[in-house]
Amino acid sequence: MTTIPEYNIARSAKCPLDPAPAMRARQEEGPLARVRLWDGSTAWLVTGHAEHRAVLGHPKVSVEPARGIPRLSPAEAATMDSLAKAGSASLGFIMMDDPEHARLRRMATSAFTVKRVEAMRPATQEIADELIDRLLAGPKPADLVEAFALPLPSLVISNLLGVPYDDHEFFQANSRTIINRNSTAEERGQAQHRLAEYLDGLIGEKLAKPGDDLLSGLVERVKAGELSRQEAARMGVLMLFAGHETTANMITLGTLALLRDPGQLALLRESDDPKLIASAVEELLRYLTITHGGLRRVALEDIEIAGQVIRAGEGIITVNETANRDPSVFPDPDRLDLQRNPRLHVTFGYGVHQCLGQPLARMELQVAYPALLRRIPTLALAAELEQIPFKHDGFVYGAYELPVTW
Amino acid sequence: MTEEDIVKIIIEQDKCVASGQCVLAADDVFDQRDEDGVVILLNDDPSPERLADVRQAALVCPALAITVEE
Repeated sequence: MTTIPEYNIARSAKCPLDPAPAMRARQEEGPLARVRLWDGSTAWLVTGHAEHRAVLGHPKVSVEPARGIPRLSPAEAATMDSLAKAGSASLGFIMMDDPEHARLRRMATSAFTVKRVEAMRPATQEIADELIDRLLAGPKPADLVEAFALPLPSLVISNLLGVPYDDHEFFQANSRTIINRNSTAEERGQAQHRLAEYLDGLIGEKLAKPGDDLLSGLVERVKAGELSRQEAARMGVLMLFAGHETTANMITLGTLALLRDPGQLALLRESDDPKLIASAVEELLRYLTITHGGLRRVALEDIEIAGQVIRAGEGIITVNETANRDPSVFPDPDRLDLQRNPRLHVTFGYGVHQCLGQPLARMELQVAYPALLRRIPTLALAAELEQIPFKHDGFVYGAYELPVTW
Repeated sequence: MTEEDIVKIIIEQDKCVASGQCVLAADDVFDQRDEDGVVILLNDDPSPERLADVRQAALVCPALAITVEE
């Protein structure tokens, strides 16, 4: 009888861009492993790529907290309980199964089609160039997060949603609280409440005076009786925080990874081939897997994954960062290879909940890295790796600061 | 008759989650509806040299909404 290892996502200080040693250890044992959680309960940890897709694509697997998905900390358990008490509308569609999930998701998808996002590319390029102008005119060293990585996606998502960017300090601070694993349930609840109230206020303004932004589109649905005002506000909150925490961390860590690999950096800086730039972005998404720690699900019936029966009611944690380093899909997986075009990476998840904003994230990153590398050819880190404060405590991995110079 | 002559592309719009991955894989074969991003088949008989990209689109679709029957 062997003891069940603990679920542990702590990355090593020496290799902060690689998956946690404990996650890799489970992956070496096989694509599925039992892990013990903080409360003594156990869950299936899915580390293999094929198995990850099999779980997330399975029709008898649920994402709903009330059905018993694993909870990763006491604070998160308390948050889920209070959300469940408040009713399904407060959960947001990322925590709902179909058909409710599909109904709500489809109300937001029109803004994120490949065509619509492509039309935003010139404006995104302008934003990137202006931020770099300001960075270069300022003192050095500078914090890349504050000067570039965070304001770029924040400006883009604010424009898209129709949220005044002047309020960015307010919504960025609240987003950080929601996404921080160490926030107490109360802190997270308050942050969610403040953002929901803020979005509700904006919806009120757009009911009176609609624009051509995404929130105004949702307001039309509210008017038509297809969506409640509370659902619209909740979707606004979700897209506002999902829209900048994620891309901001990718810009930061992607820049760090490139600065640590001069050969790959030169390849990207010297190419104007959109295919190479697209491949480089996919590879950085795969390699860094900022959406780490695992997506939580629960089996609704007995299901079989990789020859193993997962019983109805058992919790499942599918791990993006190990699936993305699965050598059977990505040869030599620990090597950053901007030319490999790893289109099967699962950084955006898999299944019906796969990231809604992925075309936007891709476009932003395809603009951000080349702009930064070409406009600042001497860009360099202004800190040792050990000094960089990584977001070990976040649902989304990243760095709080990245000191750079040029 | 070659292999390519009997390929059939089936899209299931009910399943589609509008991730846009098929458009990135083969934008001359797949598109998205303006109103909700759901997949549209632009060309049900793509040239043989496009088939690798079409298969890629089916493989990356997170909702298994694209089937290539051969």
